[in-house]
Amino acid sequence: MKARIIVTLKQSVLDPQGQAIEGALAALGFDGVGSVRQGKIIDIELSDPADAETRLNAMCEKLLANTVIEDYRVEMVE
Amino acid sequence: MKSAVILFPGTNRERDMIAALKKVTDAEPAIVWHAKTALPDGLDLIVLPGGFSYGDYLRAGAISARSPIMRDVVHRAEAGVPVLGVCNGFQALCEAGLLPGVLMRNASLKFVCREVRLEIVNAQTAFTHLYRPSQVIRCPVAHHDGNYFADEATLDRLEAESRVVFRYAQGSNPNGSQRDIAGIINEAGNVLGMMPHPEDLTDPLHGSTDGLALFQSIATTAQEKAA
Repeated sequence: MKARIIVTLKQSVLDPQGQAIEGALAALGFDGVGSVRQGKIIDIELSDPADAETRLNAMCEKLLANTVIEDYRVEMVE
Repeated sequence: MKSAVILFPGTNRERDMIAALKKVTDAEPAIVWHAKTALPDGLDLIVLPGGFSYGDYLRAGAISARSPIMRDVVHRAEAGVPVLGVCNGFQALCEAGLLPGVLMRNASLKFVCREVRLEIVNAQTAFTHLYRPSQVIRCPVAHHDGNYFADEATLDRLEAESRVVFRYAQGSNPNGSQRDIAGIINEAGNVLGMMPHPEDLTDPLHGSTDGLALFQSIATTAQEKAA
């Protein structure tokens, strides 16, 4: 069983890396970019599918995301 | 005074910390590897020094904050043992939940390595009582993730409870930290985290000894307790 965790900065938190990417896109001539926010993807393969969602959420809360500044989303890939 | 310095893989500022502790306490600190599960008994101070534990993977201090020794660090902190986290140590204390908030990537996105002017906002803590209130000292910083962030309610509470211990003096905020916060203390007053490096200003050869009073404050507090 495979899961994908997507961690992004909360909307209320300034994202200077996203802003730098936005600036670089503009410098390359890509018009029409409103805003850019970046984050990370963590792919996890579970050897035991039992309670997958509960366990993955617990992993996010305890380690994978810092919920002071980050939101996370768990997607079951297969 | 009995102290311990925790080492994580990637810690690299422990030498300066050990030298400062030796100088002030006249005793060799215990060096404790992160994989250990227990600290020595009878400690007067636990230090998490600076560095790049686990290469800052995931988030700065995130992995080290979950390492085996940290359970005992949290346990001792809750029992009232003074804990000092400098730089990466501050990041780990936040990640471990011993201090509120988080240290984010510097607003400039650049690693900053320079001297700042640091204001002692609270000179009544166990770590700072030998400084004068509002004293401004010189202190070096060297970090990529020192941009202190917490929600407004937490920031208001920290200020109302005099738990902002160090601030970057006006015009010297190197990283975009909210409200110029450079160091904070926990509610009980025994866990202090700070981004600047006081251990690097403890010998005339460093160019200043402005950091000495921090270690002397801790040592005199420990002596008073023992007496």
